[in-house]
Amino acid sequence: MTTMGTTDESLRQDLARRGVHVTSLESLYNWGRAHSLWPLQFGLACCAIEMIAATMARHDLARFGAEVFRPSPRQADLMIVAGTVTKKMAPMVVRLYNQMANPKYVIAMGACAISGGPFREGYNVLRGIDRYLPVDLYIPGCPPRPEALLHGVIRLQELIRGEKLSGPGRSRAADPAVPGEYPIPNYGPAGLRPPFNPDLWQPPSDPDAAPDDGSDAVTPRETTA
Amino acid sequence: MNLTRAAPWPAGTAPFADPGETELLELSLGPQHPSTHGVFRMNALLDGETVVRLQPVFGYLHRNHEQLAERMSYLASMPFTDRLDYFCSLTNNWAYALTVEKLAGLEVPERAEYLRVILAELTRLQNHTVFLGFLLGDMGAWGSVLMYGFRQRDAVLDLFEALTGSRMMCDYLRFGGCRCDLPPGWAAAARLVVDSYPGFLDEMEQLLTENEILRARTMGIGGVEAKRLVNAGVSGPLLRAAGLSHDLRKVDRYGIYDRFSFRIPLGEKGDVYDRLMIRLLEMRESLNILDSALRDLPEGPVINPQAKLRNFRPPAGEAYGRIESPKGELGFYLISDQSPQPYRYRVRPPSLINLTLLEEMCVGAKIADVMVILGSIDIVLGEVDR
Repeated sequence: MTTMGTTDESLRQDLARRGVHVTSLESLYNWGRAHSLWPLQFGLACCAIEMIAATMARHDLARFGAEVFRPSPRQADLMIVAGTVTKKMAPMVVRLYNQMANPKYVIAMGACAISGGPFREGYNVLRGIDRYLPVDLYIPGCPPRPEALLHGVIRLQELIRGEKLSGPGRSRAADPAVPGEYPIPNYGPAGLRPPFNPDLWQPPSDPDAAPDDGSDAVTPRETTA
Repeated sequence: MNLTRAAPWPAGTAPFADPGETELLELSLGPQHPSTHGVFRMNALLDGETVVRLQPVFGYLHRNHEQLAERMSYLASMPFTDRLDYFCSLTNNWAYALTVEKLAGLEVPERAEYLRVILAELTRLQNHTVFLGFLLGDMGAWGSVLMYGFRQRDAVLDLFEALTGSRMMCDYLRFGGCRCDLPPGWAAAARLVVDSYPGFLDEMEQLLTENEILRARTMGIGGVEAKRLVNAGVSGPLLRAAGLSHDLRKVDRYGIYDRFSFRIPLGEKGDVYDRLMIRLLEMRESLNILDSALRDLPEGPVINPQAKLRNFRPPAGEAYGRIESPKGELGFYLISDQSPQPYRYRVRPPSLINLTLLEEMCVGAKIADVMVILGSIDIVLGEVDR
């Protein structure tokens, strides 16, 4: 309960004991939204299997209100990018995000969705979906265990419950200046154009960091035995 | 063939008031589709509900496996093979290890051979278990069967995790043996899982085989002439469902499969029902193998002491190694030029080659059957696109 206005915490608890619950509209709204996340039923690779495992009997994602996987992006509000995003697939992923209704969130599940993972050196692998989409949460692992995905969903719920609906620092969905759609890259003979969305991602500026201008060129590497 | 206009119905056969000529509908299924088992796409041409033409579109999960493997050492490719068919990492490991062992002429200790058989058969069990769940999901029974399947699969994955440290990406086999020995109590735990499986299979069979809807949806669907299957190079349960007895565990007798007695279940018609039943019967045979392998598991080293992990350079030459993976013949072809990395690295993925007859299976079927037929082939996109 972040913004309680004039009600102080002890009075609120006192009232709650008498069966009167006082809350703000914002808290109620966020509480409802955090516990009814509908993920997009959308798997890319290995991580998708752990995502399915998380919804099954043992891990039971339903306990956290996020088990209603919808095959249509129109009905979903959480995109779990579970697996390697290839350059051929990236335009579809961005298009699916654009088709989702606001408010919407993105979880990058697994090393491949975060950075390309083990396949980062591949000529057809996108080095992280955050080059085209605003990622709210990263879940590392190859693949992350179902428990890690559960933890990720809980963290996302915390994030949603802390969101503001108005004023400075308000949530992305409530801010008209933030676009709900992002340009879809073009997949051609030279890979993806543009190679990244400069509004969302910039090449690292650290001079010691590995040279990565986001281009499609694969740096030749000597193999060490 | 006119692709936008269907041929008129022969006189008197139209199931509706024939308007003269009907227009064909082109439908793109996938790559985001709940029943395409990943990011597979099909462009179907429909006449009403009937499939006239079907074109698969590949490459949405092309992760450059072969190209990457040619740039790294032999051992470094082992974890990448886990991610080919990500349900069956251990059989992928085995096919790759077998090929490199052939190339380098490495012997495998007896205990390691037994461990490989145990792990491969456990992999086959869990693969066929979730296969049933996904296939039934494609038919509309989304949820229950898959949930039973995953519950049972998790029991097997616990064994993998206890042994290798990972549920799915096991990376357990090494050239000339296995990475580590069994932890204490593992064999007893595996015995418990194996003993619990027949009960689960009985339950599944009771649930499935007598079910009228399932029989209506699967019988007589997706069958192809056995000769066509052979010509297309199809292997695995798909081939055996059509009545052809070809199982590399019997044909090649790689590893120590000649020491176990097991039968090869065969179908008759090769339709979806046969493919489903073949998997159920194969699981029973796997349990027999597991039973005797766990009983006879000898003591001894798990890796050949001559196997080199570092600076491994097999002699120049080429080798093709193949095993019966749960999906069919999984082969690796390697050319060595005595350098630390393979000169050529090629995977023969059963999923991709089994898919080649997809159009033939689907043409003439209803659009709703396409998903069932695709599900019965049992593909994994990590292996199809690599």
